Order: sequence, then C-alpha cells, then structure tokens
Amino acid sequence: MTTLECNPPMDAQRMLADLDLDHFRPSRSTANARRRKDRLMRALFTAAFAVALIPLASVLWTTLTHGIGRLDLGFLTHNMTGVIGGNPTAAGGYGGVLHAIVGTLEITFGAMAISIPIGVMCAVHLIEYARDNALAKTIRLLVDVMSGIPSIVAGLFALSLFSMIFGPGTFNGLEGSVALALLMIPTVCKSSEEMLKVVPDALREASLALGVTKQRTITKVVLRTALPGIVSGSILAIARVIGETAPLLMTAGYVVTTNVNLFSGQMTTLPVYVYQEYSKLSANCPANAGDMCVPTIPMERAWSAALVLIVIVLILNLIGRIVARICAVHTER
Amino acid sequence: MPGNDLQRAAVDEVAVAPIPKGTDPGEARRGRAADRIFAGLAYGSGLLILAVLAAVAVFLLLRAWPAVGGPPDAVDAVVSSFTGGRFASLWGYVPPLLFGSVLVAALALALAFFVSLGIAVFISQYAPRRLVGALNTIIDLLAAIPSVVYGLWGGLVLVPAIYPFWNWIAGHFGWIPLFAGPAANPSRTVATVALVLAVMILPIITSMTRDIFLQTPKLLEEAALGLGATQWETIRLAVLPFGRSGIVSASMLGLGRALGETMAVLMILSPGLKYSFHLLQASQSQTIAANIAAQYPEANGLGVSVLIATGLVLFAITFAVNYAARRLTGKAAS
Amino acid sequence: MHNQIPMRATAAVCAAALLASLAACGDNTASGASTAQAAGAAALGGEYAGAGASSQQSAVEAWIEGFRGVAPNATVAYNPSGSGAGVSAFLTGSTVWAGSDKALSDDEVAQSKSVCASGTAFDVPVYISPIAVAFNLEGVSDAGRHVNMDAATIADVFAGRITRWNDERIASQNPDLDLPDLAITVVHRSDKSGTTLNFVSYLKDAAPDMWDYELSENWPNEVGQGAKGTSGVVSTIRQANGTIGYADFSQVAGLGTVAVKVGDAYTPISAEAGSKVIADSQIDASVEGDNRIVVTINHTTKAAGAYPIVLVSYDIVCPAYKDPQDARFAKAWLGYVTSAEGQQAAQAAAGVAPLPETLTGRITASIDQIKVD
Repeated sequence: MTTLECNPPMDAQRMLADLDLDHFRPSRSTANARRRKDRLMRALFTAAFAVALIPLASVLWTTLTHGIGRLDLGFLTHNMTGVIGGNPTAAGGYGGVLHAIVGTLEITFGAMAISIPIGVMCAVHLIEYARDNALAKTIRLLVDVMSGIPSIVAGLFALSLFSMIFGPGTFNGLEGSVALALLMIPTVCKSSEEMLKVVPDALREASLALGVTKQRTITKVVLRTALPGIVSGSILAIARVIGETAPLLMTAGYVVTTNVNLFSGQMTTLPVYVYQEYSKLSANCPANAGDMCVPTIPMERAWSAALVLIVIVLILNLIGRIVARICAVHTER
Repeated sequence: MPGNDLQRAAVDEVAVAPIPKGTDPGEARRGRAADRIFAGLAYGSGLLILAVLAAVAVFLLLRAWPAVGGPPDAVDAVVSSFTGGRFASLWGYVPPLLFGSVLVAALALALAFFVSLGIAVFISQYAPRRLVGALNTIIDLLAAIPSVVYGLWGGLVLVPAIYPFWNWIAGHFGWIPLFAGPAANPSRTVATVALVLAVMILPIITSMTRDIFLQTPKLLEEAALGLGATQWETIRLAVLPFGRSGIVSASMLGLGRALGETMAVLMILSPGLKYSFHLLQASQSQTIAANIAAQYPEANGLGVSVLIATGLVLFAITFAVNYAARRLTGKAAS
Repeated sequence: MHNQIPMRATAAVCAAALLASLAACGDNTASGASTAQAAGAAALGGEYAGAGASSQQSAVEAWIEGFRGVAPNATVAYNPSGSGAGVSAFLTGSTVWAGSDKALSDDEVAQSKSVCASGTAFDVPVYISPIAVAFNLEGVSDAGRHVNMDAATIADVFAGRITRWNDERIASQNPDLDLPDLAITVVHRSDKSGTTLNFVSYLKDAAPDMWDYELSENWPNEVGQGAKGTSGVVSTIRQANGTIGYADFSQVAGLGTVAVKVGDAYTPISAEAGSKVIADSQIDASVEGDNRIVVTINHTTKAAGAYPIVLVSYDIVCPAYKDPQDARFAKAWLGYVTSAEGQQAAQAAAGVAPLPETLTGRITASIDQIKVD
C-alpha cells in the first residue's frame, strides 16, 4: 500500500513541518533511555486494556451465572400475566420476558426509524451542502449540545410533548421511541458527519464530472462509501439507548401483558422489566405454599432478563456488521 | 489503511452505473427535481435539529416555570418535602445537587480518560492486526451493556466487593481530605459510583478516540518512524496531536453521559446534599439526574415542575461544557 | 440494490406476522381453564388501567389474577409508577383508579371534581402493610433473634444519637443478648416514600421528644446511608454487618427484626399484630369529601399484641364516572379487592396484613356509593 499518492490533508502537512527533527538525532546515552521509555509505554497501554477487561469480565460473568438458571424457552415465550408471588403459573413456568422483548424491539426500531434518517440527512446537509457557513456552525454546536441531553430530560420532554398533544397521562411505545430518538439523533448525526468527512473529494468530483446529479452522487457514491461507518455509528447509538430505563419508565409505562401496538397502550421494555423485578427483590411465599414457591424468583428473572438484553444487543451488533459488510463497496470487482 | 481500496472501488461503482443521458430533457428535469427535493430534505433535517433543541428548551422552560415564577410559599413547601426539611428554597436546593453531579461526572471522567486513551492507542497502534477485530468487539460489548445492568452489578456485586479496598485507601491515605475515613460500609459512596460511571463511559471515549487515531495520516507516522522515532515517540509526536480535538470532544461526550446517567447512580449511591469531597463516606452528594428519578414517582404537579427546573440546570451545564470544549478545540486548531 | 427492496418488504411483513403470532400466546394460562363466574360482573369487558404505589404491585398482581374469576373478559393493567405519579394520572382521568400509600390531600380532592362525573374522589383502605425495623447483626439476626427497643431508642438510633450496638440504652432492654461493640449503620430510603412517612410519623407520635424533625416522605437527616426503594434498603442491610433500617415486612426475609415496645411488652412484627393496631385506630372524620375512609393510625396504642409501625395502602376511585363501564369496573374491582377472598390473595402474594373487621363495614358502605346504571 502506498500512502504517498494520496494528498495529505493541510493540517497533516503543517504538522509534518512541526516535527521536531532534532529530537531524533542519535546519541548512545539517549537511545537506551528512549528504548526503555518505549517499552514502558507499551506496557502501560497494554495494561490499560487489561484494566478495562476486569469490570467487563465481572459484569458478564455475574450476569451469566445469575441469569442462565431461569433462561429457557418458557422464559422467552411467556409474559408476566398470572404470575403471583413466587408461585409457578398455570402454564408451569415462572413468567417470562416475551412482552418486554417485543416492547424493546418495537420501541428501539421506532427510535431508529425516526432518528437515523434525520441524523444522516443532517450530516449530509452539513458536509455536502452547507460545509462551513454560519448555519452549519450553529447546527454542529447544537448537535454537540444535544448529545449532552441527559436521558431523563429526554424522557421529561417526550412526556410533556405527548401530554400536550394527546392529553395528560398518555403512555405508549411511540412516546418512548421519541424520547430515545432524541438521544440517538446527535450520535447518528455526529458519527455520520465524521464518516462523510473522510469520503475523499476525488470521488465526488469524479462522479459529478461524469454528469451524475448531486443527489445521485450523494446517495450512490458518498453515502454508499460511508455506509459501513454510518451503520457502526448507528449501532453505537442504539447500544446507548436500548438499555435506557429512566425515560421509558415515564413514557412507555409498564404492563405485564404482551402489547404489539407501538401506537397505543403501555409497553414494557427489557431494562424497565429488569428494574421492576429488581424493585420487587423477593416474592412472598406463605408457609403453606410448598416447594414450588421460589422467594428469590424476581431477582432471578431480573438477571435472566438482563442477560437476554445483552444478547439482543449483541445480535443487533452482529446484524449491523453483516449489513455493513454486505452493503460495503465490494473491493474485489 | 482501507481508504485506497474504498476509493478505487467506489469510483468503479460510478463507472458501472448508467451514465445519465444529458440529451433527454425529461431525465434531466427529473434529476434536477430530485436534486432540489434531496437538498431540501437535508436542509430540513438540519433545521429540524435546531427546532427540536429549541422545542426541548421551550417545553422544559414552560414546565419548569411554575417552580421559578410560581407562588414562592408553595415551591418552598415542595422543596422542603423533597429534602425532608433540610432546604426550604429552590436556590438552596439546586446548588448541592449541581455540585454532586459535577463531582461524580468529573471523577468518572478523570478515572476513565487515561485508561480510554491507553486502550485506543493500544488498539490503533500496538495490537496485532489479527486481534483488532476481536478487541473492537470487546469494546462494543462493553458499550452494549445497559446502564441498569451496571446498576445491578454495581449495587449488588461491586459495593460489597470493593469495601476492603476503600477501607485500605482510607487507612493509608486518610490524611488526604479526599480519602478521609472512616470508609462507609457498604460503600455506596461517590467513589464507587464514579468507578462504575467510569466503566460505563470508557467504551464511548475509547471507540471515538480509536476511530480518530486510525485516521492519523500514515505519512505523518511513517515520517516519524522513518526518522528513527520509537513507537511511543511516534504516538506522542504524530498520533496524539492529530487527534487532540477528537480526544476533547470524545471526553465531552463521556462527561455528558456521566452527568446524565440516572439508573446506575440511583441504584448505587447513598445520597446527601452536602458540599463534600469525602469520597469514601456515604450520604454526601446526590446528582441531579438520580434525584429526578428518585423524586419523580411521588411528585405532584408543582413537584414535577421543581424537578424539571433542576433538569433544566443540568441541560444548561451540559450546554456550557460542550460550548467551552468547542471553543477550546477551536482555538487549538487555529 | 433495487431488487433488495421487495426482499426487505417481505422480511418486514414476516417480522410483523411473527410478532402478531407471538402476542397471541405468551399469557400464562393453563389450556382449557375455566373459572366459575359471578353473574353481572362476568359481563364486564374492556381494558382498565390503574397506576400508583409500587409497594402495591405484588398485591395488585394477585388481585388481577383473582379478578379474572369475577370478570374473565376484563383486562386490567397496573403501572407501579409511584403514588404521586399514580394520583396525578388519576386526576387527569387517564386511569380508572389509583393506588396510594397515603390518603388524598384536600387539594387533590378538590381537583378530582373535574375527572369524576359527579362528587369527589375518595380513598378506601385495601390492605395494611407492617413496616419492619430490620437489622443485620452477626450472632443476633442470623440466630433468628429479635432486638427489643422502645420508640425512644429507635428514634435515637435513627437520629444518630445511639451509634454503637452495645449502647447502654439498647443493652438494658436486651439483657439476654450479647451485643457486640460495633458501629450502627442506619439505612433509610433515599427516594420519596410513604414507608418513610409512616415510619417517621410513628417516631414523632411515640417519641415526640426524641424526634423533632418535620414529617416528610423524604428522610430528614444525613445519618447513615440512603438507598432507593425497599429493594435498595434491604440489599444494603444485607451487605454489611451492623446495619439497621426499615422496610416492608414482606421483604425482610433473612434479616432480624426489632420487637417494638407496646404498653409494657415488646411485640415482634407479624401480619396479625399489624391488623390489631388498625382495629385500635380511629377513622379520621375531619377529612374533606364524602365516603372517604382515612385511618389515623394509633401509634401510641396500648393494645396487647399490636404492632404500631404500619402503612395503610389505599385505592382511590370516583363515586361516578363519565364512562359507565369504568364505574362498573371500579365497583367490581374494589368489591373484589376488599372481599375476604381478595384479602387472602394479597396476604398470600404480598405478605400484607388483612383489613380488620371493624373497617370492612364502612368500606362496603363507601363502595356501594359508586353509581352504576
């Protein structure tokens, strides 16, 4: 791979001029010191990675060991209707997360459907049309600011918006989607902007020179080239919002039945389910309840649901990667 | 660097795409119309972001207004009920919460910053190429763990496990006011929460800085290496300066996330309303976001207004932090 | 690229169909189960939503299940969003009833005029939940033993004036216990809660000299540690030796509980003891509004075997609804909840104390005031 053929960006050239060349003048006494320092830093960077692995391993291990016990097909295919205390249900299990999986997927897809078009188009506007005018600068600043909106404030906003339009006390999945979309838009917009920025201008020029319209240039060349990056940016955004609890508690509500209608009725999502089961902590088992009554069942369900949530996020991640790979510009043509 | 392949391939794509016939006026007109619509959509999306942000601010202001402009006696009564009688006015109530939010978030950032940079450098510069995919997956995995799971883990696993460590710190470094003992047991303290938040924002900062480091022009790196610089010198002279504005904006994103994190703080921290730097003691500080979540379920109309007013303060702080960060990076670049 | 669109559409349709078919199953019903149906209420169909106290969740889940036997075609949902949020939702008319850990305020009663078709909303006690003063103390709690305390001692502990377990004031009441020289860590709720209000009300009534804080649903001092929710308090108590806190009785399994001095004896906590104090309490006649049954808990009761730290949980309904279906549901729902069958279900599922017989007559009279046509 030869890198010299591409034009280094302006700032790169400037920095090249700034390189302190005297620094590298060899001398025996400094050479050893420099080598030692290099090894030390290498060790530090490796250690940083190892340090990050400790909490990850602990979180995953805890979730796995606590959650695997109750995770079976029955848990995935039942909701929480008819679950009383620690007793088994009429269907034989101890309830499940079907309703929460449905809720999580629908609300997250709703948020994606709102935020990804807006975020990507906003990035297109910033990079392809506005470049550096005053409006673009304002939008960039505000996108940055928006990425700092606390999730609970986003929840309060969706709540206020819907109670103003549909009357007070409105709970539905879409309301949750709006709150999550508010959190996703800045992340999607920013990462897409970064990705569009690195699409070489030569591509745009080549396309435009061939007489392709600007719209087709953007959709067929620029976005196409940037697609893998946009997809991974969107996945990062989804990963951020899919685990949100606080805004959904106040917008999407909580039910024990399966609700497939995003636009009407309360919906439970997995994080809310985990939190509600954690809030129950333990179930009551009267003295005459017998062996089938499990007093610790709520926490067991909470950990299992947390495990399901992590697995869902991983699957979405995987899908994203596959999509990115399929949609990526094929190099072997 | 995959850029070249991409570039070549994308041009191929255009080459095989049907070339529009400039001679067909209908086609050209449709093209122009599509152009205008597309530009309009992009422009609209940009404006929509402005509108949404304005809407958020306006809605919050409207709903927070009763707490600021409403009957002072009623507001004071609400604040008094929120604090169990410790504070009786909005102006006494918000500052300690703000202090707590900033303290917890700043600590989390301080803990996460260097580790994140280290991981990003490790992945982009040191790690064997075969491993990079796996390492990225691990970082994505860390980012994918929901905050409620961190809350569960932090509250039920980390809190009891970390007490001996904090106790040791308090015993040996207790002369530093920051670590003044006795360490609370169970350690539902600012220090533990900051640690959990640091783990939560780590992958965000890491993945952003990693992407930026990967964009460092190869020419720069190869020039440094070619002149005999060690790998660390290359990083220090070429990679880190190139990524500086990106590092700052990634850190700000992390800080914003830490400021707004609700569930993990709510499930771990034992809150208080003091201006205290005693990180290892319980009931010292509370964050705005966790306070909203703790009080919201039992709040009445005016109570919600008071909570939204505190949310507005948090919003303003994130605004200020981001604005300051932009000014800073803007100056550095010019 | 273009030929992918129909494929994606097909995939979307498949996904939707899959979701729809999943929704059909999932309910935890035994196949072919049918229950005896009461006449009248059995015809009740439709969907009814309530919201309110999270502490009621376990009991409400049992009631919803039991209510299927009364009205098999009605779908009932309960959002445990909190008493305040539940009452707010009720006052906007978006829910049929609210569950609450405290009675309505005068303001709220006045506001309810706009949601009820006529009259004002009223509260009805639905169960009594004893609040345990629970502790974790090696050698005592794991041996299944109680610690005896009077109200003044409990107040001193929670105000931070008694800081060690072997303090003379505790030891003198527990001559047969070997109390360690260990720091007391107080654990209280960090969120706004009816449990806190009822607990501090007890301290204020029974030990007025020792507890001079204002009554509030939020914890008034910075002694010890705060934790979110009953679950947070209980897990915090479990995490360290020497902790003491207060939590719903049904949640404190495995922890030691304080036997509270009533009269001259120490009463350990139990559901029956919780019922007894309510039987010895008065209904507050001074509250604004009709049909309201608000219990003034007699915290200074001398009744033998009564446990004075309890929380009375209420359901809040309208005497008349704009939608006649809602009225029919509210009447049937409250009728079931306060019936012997409903009380038993709650006791089994949530470990709460049933309503004493002294109250049930008044409650039935109030429920009868709900107008159905």
